[in-house]
Amino acid sequence: MPLLEVTDLRTSFHTRSGVYRAVDGVSFSLEKGETLGLVGESGSGKSVTCYSLMGLVPQPPGRIESGRAMFDGIDLLHCPAAQLRAIRGKRIAMIFQDPMTSLNPYLRISEQLIEPLLIHQKISKADALARGLAMLEAVGINDAANRLHSYPHEFSGGMRQRVMIAMALITRPEILIADEPTTALDVTVQAQILELIKNLQSELGMAVIFVTHDLGVVSGLCDRVQVMYAGRIVETADTRTLFHSPRHPYTRALQRSIPSLQPKGRELYTIPGLPPDLSNPIAGCAFVPRCEYATDLCRATDPRLLPVDPTQATACLRVQAGEL
Amino acid sequence: MTSPILRLNDVKTHFPVDSGFLTRKRTGTVKAVDGVSLTVARGEVLGLVGESGCGKSTLARTILQLVPTTAGTVILEGKNLTSATAGEILTARRDLQMVFQDPFASLNPRLTVYATLAEPLLVHRVVTAGQVRARVAQLMEKVGLSPQFMEKYPHEFSGGQRQRIAIARALALEPKVIVADEPVSALDVSIQAQILNLLAKLCREMNLALIFIAHDLSVVKHISDRIAVMYLGKIVELGPAADVIERPRHPYTRALVSAIPTPDPDRERTKKRLVLAGDLPSPLNPPSGCAFHPRCPYAQTKCQTIVPPLIPAGPNREAACIRLDEI
Ligand SMILES: Nc1ncnc2c1ncn2[C@@H]1O[C@H](COP(=O)(O)OP(=O)(O)O)[C@@H](O)[C@H]1O
Ligand SMILES: Nc1ncnc2c1ncn2[C@@H]1O[C@H](COP(=O)(O)OP(=O)(O)O)[C@@H](O)[C@H]1O
Ligand code: SF4
Ligand SMILES: [Mg+2]
Ligand SMILES: [Mg+2]
Repeated sequence: MPLLEVTDLRTSFHTRSGVYRAVDGVSFSLEKGETLGLVGESGSGKSVTCYSLMGLVPQPPGRIESGRAMFDGIDLLHCPAAQLRAIRGKRIAMIFQDPMTSLNPYLRISEQLIEPLLIHQKISKADALARGLAMLEAVGINDAANRLHSYPHEFSGGMRQRVMIAMALITRPEILIADEPTTALDVTVQAQILELIKNLQSELGMAVIFVTHDLGVVSGLCDRVQVMYAGRIVETADTRTLFHSPRHPYTRALQRSIPSLQPKGRELYTIPGLPPDLSNPIAGCAFVPRCEYATDLCRATDPRLLPVDPTQATACLRVQAGEL
Repeated sequence: MTSPILRLNDVKTHFPVDSGFLTRKRTGTVKAVDGVSLTVARGEVLGLVGESGCGKSTLARTILQLVPTTAGTVILEGKNLTSATAGEILTARRDLQMVFQDPFASLNPRLTVYATLAEPLLVHRVVTAGQVRARVAQLMEKVGLSPQFMEKYPHEFSGGQRQRIAIARALALEPKVIVADEPVSALDVSIQAQILNLLAKLCREMNLALIFIAHDLSVVKHISDRIAVMYLGKIVELGPAADVIERPRHPYTRALVSAIPTPDPDRERTKKRLVLAGDLPSPLNPPSGCAFHPRCPYAQTKCQTIVPPLIPAGPNREAACIRLDEI
């Protein structure tokens, strides 16, 4: 049985300018200890997918229209708020692109770090502080004993990211949801953070959902990758398969647009057109206007995500028909 | 070789740091740019990379004379800007333009595209009043925007389109050099590629020299003829773009290259990665000797005392490391 099973998640935003279908029928599962990459251009619904699971979608304007997210027999989308809060602080943790999303600028790191322990576990303050210190050391904060009582602004961007990771992991969660935690960082610091997440994951045996718009980042980190487009998952495969034989035209276009895979001196490939306006209902495949393989059937029929290979599922009618 | 359009000689831009808001005691100096020498040829694209805080923006603002230069000279077509009068600098700005990371911040939200682009044309009397409209339309087409959007405001455009407007404004006076400070860092990958293609095309068509600043090597690789790598206010490596990325000489460049995640799972999982420890040190209190030594995997005791000069390191290449021949 998977650790987390999401079925037909639909989340919309009801605004004056229309109803935006940010997540439009997403289903996936996450195994214990697995690292799952969630990749897509900005606006494709990656963050809203994560927020939905964590009960962090602002309602209104947001609304979870349908779906289930089963975690250990509990439906995260429909369980009582108190039950979700208990899971969120302890068994499922989330980190963000901007560490100040989860850090309080006015509180010492020590207090923020041990708060989840004091709330969720029977533990003395001294023991909690000892765990906090060990966690700061584990995420690579030098001189942790002296810095434990510092304020967030006393840390650099990369160090704050580490502090946020320490905070998320101190309760030894079963799932870590990481929403573009390295997007704002320099590549050198990104490499450190990716290495850190990898090491902590194998140590703690947790599962990770790693969200990014950068295909390069998932290639070394993830066991499996899911590609999102316009609120839907268009392809999922184990990482090697996804990189060596992407099948969906969008995944292929994404891969083609990676600068380092393109011949020098020539113009960089870019996917023509723009993602669709999510406030208009989409008939058929959402990628039609940008897809060089689209047919009339694609315009009329909404492709389902179906297995095309033992380790790969693709939501493309023409791939499913064996034409691509 | 033709004489360069832009030449920097040992340029230093230091910022005094005060503490105590009553006494204003000078407590230190941030050496944001600390002895940079560079040349840029007509029509050349020079990529400038380095981690955030290494001094790239300060160098850009120094070239444009938007901050006072502490020492050294910036020479544009033989004219020394560092000793120029305010009037002379204003004239030089016709030839020297800048594009910023955040086009939203650099464009006036209350001006339409037309007003934004007409302003420099009118101020510098590039065309007669009667020709302005046609000229604005031409500029918009040049950057891939339809002139039918002339009366729209910046907020009505996407991030990529706003950056096109900022580029059009920089082009209005037909400059010879553009300094673009992280012009694509805030954009989506696919939009980044479109802007890179646009800048490359403009440089080719207009024989424009471009200093393209980024914190990400993979972004500059495609567009640059040469790459300069900056660390704590100094250039540590300089050379043809492909050479620098495929055969980096300086340990810092090696680390930067190895940190770029490769979209190939097999290579990514087996390649030897040079992960740097820690962050960029504070330029307020830079390490002695080679400023990179605390993070350098090749550092020896002598690196703590000797400041390595930028020395020849192969054809058209330079690097600042005293162990170049040993590593
Ligand atoms: N608070 C909100 N109000 C209205 N629309 C929103 C809100 N948050 C997200 N959206 C919509 O949801 C879509 C998906 O957003 P998001 O999940 O943040 O994308 P990603 O994380 O993939 O960049 C966006 O295109 C946007 O239209
Ligand atoms: N006006 C200023 N006063 C004091 N310090 C400054 C000023 N501008 C920049 N700095 C400092 O100079 C260093 C280089 O900054 P910057 O040129 O913005 O780097 P980059 O663009 O490479 O990120 C940083 O340490 C920054 O804090
Ligand atoms: S379903 Fe049709 S339009 Fe969609 S990706 Fe496949 S071929 Fe292209
Ligand atoms: Mg997001
Ligand atoms: Mg900068």
